[in-house]
Amino acid sequence: MPTIVVDVMPKAELLDPQGKAVAAALQRTGRGTFDVRVGKRFELTTTGAVDDALLESVRQTAADVLSNGVIEDVVSVRVLEQDVRS
Amino acid sequence: MRIGVITFPGSLDDRDALRAVRAAGAEAVALWHGEHDLQGVDALVLPGGFSYGDYLRCGAIASLSPIMTEVVEAAGRGMPVLGICNGFQMLTEARLLPGGLIRNDHGMFLRRDQRLRVENAATAWSSAFEHGEQIVVPMKNGEGSYTASAAELERLEGEGRIVFRYVGVNPNGSANDIAGVTNERGNVVGLMPHPEHATEPGFGPDTSAAMRSGVDGLRFFQSALAALV
Repeated sequence: MPTIVVDVMPKAELLDPQGKAVAAALQRTGRGTFDVRVGKRFELTTTGAVDDALLESVRQTAADVLSNGVIEDVVSVRVLEQDVRS
Repeated sequence: MRIGVITFPGSLDDRDALRAVRAAGAEAVALWHGEHDLQGVDALVLPGGFSYGDYLRCGAIASLSPIMTEVVEAAGRGMPVLGICNGFQMLTEARLLPGGLIRNDHGMFLRRDQRLRVENAATAWSSAFEHGEQIVVPMKNGEGSYTASAAELERLEGEGRIVFRYVGVNPNGSANDIAGVTNERGNVVGLMPHPEHATEPGFGPDTSAAMRSGVDGLRFFQSALAALV
């Protein structure tokens, strides 16, 4: 069954306290110094075929529901690789 | 006058909001998120809590509830609508109010009795206050940091649409110390602090007069009553 993946990230200019907490823990435990931001990945699995119309509709859903444009950006909407081949 | 309080799955403060409505002298009407019926109320309160466990984003799933169709329509007609905490988050998710709420900058859930300054005493929910008056009501949240684009903030400031601002400390990193905002018409107001928890002597914030005697929140609801007369 094909799966569409939607990635959403907090806007770059906004503080991401979750990422900050993770970064502090990584540094504290000697795993390195990073700037960390935490986002979301949605997997939308469908029983039907993925065509351009469905992808376009999912892009709209990603903008309208899966993300809030005031505080987040939709980074990508794509079909999972293995499903493209099958 | 009948003021409805909508209960969503995970609402916590709906009962207190109903009590606050009654304390202000209005009839309190309990409404349910899953229905398309406002039962003819004159004003609406979207209460605090953790609807849908804050899944997706705070208030996001609740903003898609059946009853929100009627809420958006009523707000468009000018009905007074107040969103408290999670209710504020729902109103931003429903685009009835500008901006959004993100995790507190310090990363912690915080509860405190919070001093606010009334910046706009001309809205449906703040007319019983004086402009510039300071009040104290409880606040309690983990994702109460108000944010909006620089252009939006400038517009809100210019149009006087900041209704309440934090005084003394900014408890969560909110832009411009913003605690609450209104829409262009002034009938929809949202804020993170909880006026419904400061409406009955014995259960509010401490004041210099007596412990737990603070009832500054009562005037939010009295304002709505005045707006409806």
